Amino acid sequence: MASSRFSPGSALHTELAAVAGADQVLSKEIDLIPYAFDGTAALRQDPGCVVFPASAEEVSAIVRIAARERIPVVCRGSGTGLSGGSVPSPGSLVLGLQRLNRILETDPRNLTMHVETGVITAAIDEEAALHGLFYPPDPGSIRISTIGGNVAENSGGLRGLKYGVTRDYVMGLDVVLADGERVFLGNKCVKDAAGYSLKDLFIGSEGTLGIITSILLRLLPRPRARRTLVATFPEIEGGALTVSDIIAARIIPCTLEFLDRTTMECVEAFAAVGFPRDAGSLLLMETDGEPEVVEREAAAMAAIALQRGALEVRQAETEEEAIRLAQARRSAFAALARVRPTTILEDVTVPRSELAAMVRFIADTAVRHRLLIATFGHMGDGNLHPTILTDETDAEEMERVEQALSDIVDQTIALGGTITGEHGVGLAKKPYLPRQLGDPGMRLLRQVRLALDPHGILNPGKIF
Amino acid sequence: MSAPALEKLDYAVVQQCMHCGMCLPSCPTWRMTQRERNSPRGRIALARAVADRRLEPDSDFAEEFSFCLGCLACQTACPADVQYAPIFEAARAEVQDRGLLSTPATRFYRWISLRVLFRHPRLLRLAGRLTYWTHFLRLDRVLHSSEAVSLFSPRWHRLLGMIPPVEKRFSHQQIRPVEVPAQPRWRVGLLTGCIQDLAFSRINRDTADVLLENGCTVVTPPEQPCCGSLHAHNGETRSAQELARRLLDLFPLDELDAVITNAGGCGNHLRHYADLLAGDVRYAERAREWDCKIRDIHEWLVALPFRPPTAALPAKRVAYHPSCHLHHGQRVRVQPGEILKSIPGLEVVPLTDATVCCGSAGIYSLTHPVESDQLMEDKVCHLLATGADCVATSNPGCDLQLRRGLAAAGGGKEITVTAPVSLLAEAYRREAGGSPKI
Repeated sequence: MASSRFSPGSALHTELAAVAGADQVLSKEIDLIPYAFDGTAALRQDPGCVVFPASAEEVSAIVRIAARERIPVVCRGSGTGLSGGSVPSPGSLVLGLQRLNRILETDPRNLTMHVETGVITAAIDEEAALHGLFYPPDPGSIRISTIGGNVAENSGGLRGLKYGVTRDYVMGLDVVLADGERVFLGNKCVKDAAGYSLKDLFIGSEGTLGIITSILLRLLPRPRARRTLVATFPEIEGGALTVSDIIAARIIPCTLEFLDRTTMECVEAFAAVGFPRDAGSLLLMETDGEPEVVEREAAAMAAIALQRGALEVRQAETEEEAIRLAQARRSAFAALARVRPTTILEDVTVPRSELAAMVRFIADTAVRHRLLIATFGHMGDGNLHPTILTDETDAEEMERVEQALSDIVDQTIALGGTITGEHGVGLAKKPYLPRQLGDPGMRLLRQVRLALDPHGILNPGKIF
Repeated sequence: MSAPALEKLDYAVVQQCMHCGMCLPSCPTWRMTQRERNSPRGRIALARAVADRRLEPDSDFAEEFSFCLGCLACQTACPADVQYAPIFEAARAEVQDRGLLSTPATRFYRWISLRVLFRHPRLLRLAGRLTYWTHFLRLDRVLHSSEAVSLFSPRWHRLLGMIPPVEKRFSHQQIRPVEVPAQPRWRVGLLTGCIQDLAFSRINRDTADVLLENGCTVVTPPEQPCCGSLHAHNGETRSAQELARRLLDLFPLDELDAVITNAGGCGNHLRHYADLLAGDVRYAERAREWDCKIRDIHEWLVALPFRPPTAALPAKRVAYHPSCHLHHGQRVRVQPGEILKSIPGLEVVPLTDATVCCGSAGIYSLTHPVESDQLMEDKVCHLLATGADCVATSNPGCDLQLRRGLAAAGGGKEITVTAPVSLLAEAYRREAGGSPKI
C-alpha cells in the first residue's frame, strides 16, 4: 500500500499516538477496509486512519490536531447508520467513539441518566429498568447502535407514535467543537428558556457541527403492563385501515408496525416467530401503561382489526414472546437482504392521513419501474420503509432504481412529508434534500454550518 | 495452483452481507477487541476486497482468518442469512494456497496432523493406542511435568497437557459392523469419527444403543477415515475432498434411511459434501444424496420420535453446552434439550451465554492459546454459576475443552462432562435393570 500522511513513523501518526496510545491508531490498509462503510448499501470509502480516543479530553486533543492540519473528521459509533452518515470522507480521520462507553450517572430523583457517547442503546434501557425507569427510543439496531449515533442522527424506532424520538429525551450534551473547544449545553431542568436551544442544533446534525461526547438523557417511569398483538390481513389495505381506525378511536398504542407480504416472509425465514405465510400484510401492535388501560386498549385494537377483516389476531402469551416478536420486526430490513444482493432502504414519512395514498403510490411505482419493492414501517407515526430489492452490479436496473427513488421522494414532498423520518440525510438522501427545503432552507443550513465549522473539517460532504 | 479460492467463491455470497452490524455482539473475537477487522462483517469486507483484487492477501490477512474461531455464531445472528462458513473456508484455503502462514514449525504440525494422522485411520488408531499406554503408565504426567519439555517448547508442553485420555477399546471393538434391534423399522449408518473413535468410543456405543432402542438397524463400517472437516476448516481442500470420497465409498447409501453423526463439528461439514465435490463428475451425484441423508443424532431421534425412557437416573442437575457447529452450523438447537428433558430424574438448568464458543474450535486452542483459554474460563465460570452436577455436550472438541477448563478451575463442586445420548442410553439401560455405568 502506498504510504499516507498517517503511516506509522509520520509526524501525524506519532502525534495521534501520543494522544490516544499507539495501539489506538489504525493506518494499515487491512485495518482500514473494514471501516469503509456503515449499514448503508452500496457506499464505500476507505478512511485515511482510524483513532479510538478514550475520553472527551482525547477527542478534543485529536480535533485540535485535525483542525490545525485541516484533516476531515468523521465520527463513528458502531457503524450501523442507514444513510451513510459515518461513511468516511476521502482521506479522513475516523474517530471511533466506542471506548467512551461509561454510564456516568443515573439520577432517579430527576429522572435523568448521564452517559458517554459510545454506550450501546439497549444498555441504557437495561440500566434504567434497574431503577424502575424507562428509556423509550428503540431503533432497529438497538442492541448494537451507540447512543451518540442515535443523537447525531435523531433516531426513531418502534415506539415513536406514543413516545417520540431520540430528540425528545435529550436534556443536555457535551460537545467538542470544530476547533477542539468543549462545551456543555443543557441541564437537568424541565424548563429552560436561557437563549437559543443550542443542544437542539446538535441533535440530528450528523457529525457536521460538533462531536458529541456525552449525553444527559430524560427517563420516564417504566410502564407497569404491556400487551403485544399480531394481526394478519388478506391484503395490504386491511392493515392500513386498522391503523386509521385505532387512531380515530383515540387510542395511542406505543407501537403500530406494518409488514407487507415479502417482508413477512423474510422475517419469518429468519426469526421463525410463527407469522402465517399466506397473509397479505401484518400489523404488530403494542400498548403499554397501567394494567386496566392496557387490557382495555388491547381488546379494542383486536376488535378493530377483526372488523377490518383480519384473518387472525394473536396475543403474545408471555413477555419473552412479546420481546421475540418486537426483535423479529427489528430484523426486517436486514432480513430483506435475503431476496436480492442489494437492499436499498428508504425512510420517507408522511402525515398519517396520507398513509394509504403513499402505500398505494409505492406499489404503483414498483410496477411502473419493474422493481421489487418491499414495504414495512411504523404505520402509527407515518414513517414508511419502502425497500428496493435489487443488484448494484446491474447498471440498467440501478437506473430504474434511481428513477423510482426520485418518484417516491417527489410524491412524499407533494403529500407534505419528509424524505427521512429517522435515518438522517448523510450521503444517501443528500440529492433530495434541496427539493424538500428549497433555497431559503438550504441557505440557512449553510449559514449555520459555516458559523460552527468555518474550515469544513467536520464530516464534509454529508447532508448537503 | 488453481484459481485463487476467494475469486472462485460465488460473489453473491460476499455481496449478500449488507454490513448492518447485527452480527457484531455475537462474535467472540469482536467482543474481545471491539475492532471491525475482528468482526464477521469486517472479515467479509476483507474477503470481498481480495475477491475484487483491491487487497493483496498478506500475513495480516492470514492471521485475521486464523484469529476467527469459525464458530459461526454470526450465521445465527444474521437476518440476511449470509453464509459465512464458505467465505471463511475459502479465505483459509487462499491463505494455505499462498503459503502465508508457513513456517517450518507450522508446516510440520500441519503435515503430521492433517496429512498423516487424520488421513490414515490406522495410523491414528496406532497413535491412539500409544497414547492409551502412555496414559496407562502415567508417562504423560512425567513428560508434562518435565521442565525439559517446557523449556524446549512451550507449545509442545501445552499440547501434551491437551492430549485426551484414550479409551481402552475403540469403536470397532465395541460396535459390530451390523447390529439389528428386536423390531427393525429403520436402517441407518453410524459415523464413528476420528477423535471420537479414540477418546469417546463410549459415546459411539451409547449412540448405537439409543438407535437400537428406537428400532434402527445400525450399520457401522469398522474402519472410517476422518470426515475431512479439520482439513476444510484449515484450507486443505484437496485432502478434504479425498476423505469425503473415501467415506462415500464406505457406506451403502442406497440401503440406508439416514447416516447418523454424533459430533457437532463433523456433522456441519458432513452435510456439505455436495458443495465440496461439486466439480467431481463421479461423486457429485452421490454427494448430493449423502447430504440429504446426513442426520445429527439428536435431530434424528426427535424426528422419529424417540421413546422417552421410563426409568429414572439418580436425581441431578444438568446444563447443556451446545457445540457451535451443531447449534449455529447445523441449526440443531432445541432437540438436545428435548432429549435431556425426557429423562426422568434430570433437571435441565439454564446456562448463561450457552451459545458462545468454549474456545476449543478445532486447533484454535493450540494456535491461539490466550484467547482460547479466556473463552474457556468464561464458559467454566457460567457453568459453575448454574449449580449443575454435570454438563452435556455433543462434540469431542467441546468435551475436551470443558474437561480441561473444569479441571483447571479446580476446587468447589465437581461437574462431570457427558453427552445427551449417553444420559439417554443410561436411562434405557436402567429400564432393563442393567448396571449403571455413569
